Amino acid sequence: MRKRLAGVSLYALMTIVAVVALAPLAWMLSASFMPGGEASTFPPRFFPKNFTLENYEVLFTRLNVTHYFFNSTFLALSVTCISLLINSLAGYAFAKYRFRGRDPLFKLLIASMVIPSQVTMLPLFLMLNKMGFVNSYIGVIIPGMASIFGIFLIRQFALTIPDSFIEAARMDGASDFRIYWSLILPLCRPILVTLALFTFMGTWNDFLWPLIVMTDDSMYTLPVALANLSLEHVQDTELMMAGSVITIAPVLILFVAVQRYYIQGIMAGGIKE
Amino acid sequence: MGNNQGGRVALLFIGPALLAIGIFFFVPVLAAFVLSFTDFDIYSLGNFKFARFVGFHNYVQLLQDPLFWKSLKNTLYFLIVGGPLSIAVSLASALMVQSKLVRWKTFFRTAYFTPVVTTLVAVAVVWRYVYHPRFGLLNYVVTLAGFNPVDWLGDPNWAMPAIIMMAVWKNFGYNMVIFIAGLQNIPDELYEAAAIDGAGKTQQLFSITLPMLAPTTLFVSIITMIGYFQLFAEPYVMTQGGPLNSTLSIVLLMYQQGFRWWNMGYSAAIAFVLFAFILAGSLLQSRVQRRMST
Repeated sequence: MRKRLAGVSLYALMTIVAVVALAPLAWMLSASFMPGGEASTFPPRFFPKNFTLENYEVLFTRLNVTHYFFNSTFLALSVTCISLLINSLAGYAFAKYRFRGRDPLFKLLIASMVIPSQVTMLPLFLMLNKMGFVNSYIGVIIPGMASIFGIFLIRQFALTIPDSFIEAARMDGASDFRIYWSLILPLCRPILVTLALFTFMGTWNDFLWPLIVMTDDSMYTLPVALANLSLEHVQDTELMMAGSVITIAPVLILFVAVQRYYIQGIMAGGIKE
Repeated sequence: MGNNQGGRVALLFIGPALLAIGIFFFVPVLAAFVLSFTDFDIYSLGNFKFARFVGFHNYVQLLQDPLFWKSLKNTLYFLIVGGPLSIAVSLASALMVQSKLVRWKTFFRTAYFTPVVTTLVAVAVVWRYVYHPRFGLLNYVVTLAGFNPVDWLGDPNWAMPAIIMMAVWKNFGYNMVIFIAGLQNIPDELYEAAAIDGAGKTQQLFSITLPMLAPTTLFVSIITMIGYFQLFAEPYVMTQGGPLNSTLSIVLLMYQQGFRWWNMGYSAAIAFVLFAFILAGSLLQSRVQRRMST
């Protein structure tokens, strides 16, 4: 009986937490389908009375959201592809090649993870300004090309690949690059998927750096454009909710589709040794 | 593979990463350090020659800047209240989700984790309306419970608590997953042995679960601290640092000084103070870890 009671109260508590976690997002979605003004009532309305798509229409036709959507997608995809290649090459080499200074170099990289990226932003902006890359896609891609965390994740995974696999491939006359490309990369698939997800979502959601480096409206990513629009359209609740839905939906759908890899990745990064 | 050729190939493989990280991370870090000792401003932007070395001037000025102290105080408030709060919520949810009494674990875990993957800027926009003094969801709940409505983002005393609540909502699922991994690593035999010895559930929690989770908790504390020190998007979108600078954070001040007023020398000094705090916090926590493991 006591156990039963404990079970019921546990479910009640967990359900409340789940409602709190999801309610703001559910309300966002619902309000995005309301005509102007309907979300500003008391008590708050949870379902649209006059369902409409006009907020989305306004965003895509008058407010240029198609363009921001393209910018965000293009940047997130580019950074993901480039960094995956560069990080996996380095992570594999750190795991499976012996060379002078390898361990101190790796330790230095790990130690420098404590440096917050904000420290680099002022000089990086000046550098990119001199090179003419401010307000260009390259300006966002460059600092994302390689990541220490990514190298670390891949190295940890590659360490678990038996040396005998690599030796056997070498006996068969495979070149170093061929071993990396057709043996190591397929074996590293799970961690590559995880890292790709992390990178894609991280780039998509990133705010401070694109805010700094994209100075022209036409180059904005979705979060930068949304922050900007939300300061101009404070009263247009329903419109801003539609904008938030467009910004959140792609990453949320991606997460739901492949959440196993994402959660495994956090666990892999979280447990040491 | 220890031969010369292997070394050359390894360099080729590591080269692109080292170049990218070296040029676009390490060089800027050093340059920021130099920058923080100059009076680099909007005039120097056109011609770097206009910047002069001013020694510790920026750091001295920082100590005398009431806005800097305000931003430091606000950031520490956010960190010291929000950090432990979000870790406590994460731990409690992990314990609930992993409880033997519960089914549909995956559903609850996914629900709790959903806010983590959302875009911070977008949910900050949403929460601005959740906190609306007249029409917001939160004040609806507050008045249902019989309290007076609160002007969450307009009242200097409530603005930071409001940002903390939103941050806890957004982040607790991340640390929850790390705690779940930690819980799964505790051997079942420990609990079986304790049960045979007659230890109740509460006793098991305090004498097995929490001590075994100590390393996980420490790791979670470090990443949470590093993340929370970098508070920026929430105040930028929700309050612009207001009201009365009650949500002005260190990174927001750095952004305003560096990229709105182009006082880049001064802004670089702020960035290094941020770095110093994060470094000190990490060193402190890893010392605690070393003491615990010996």
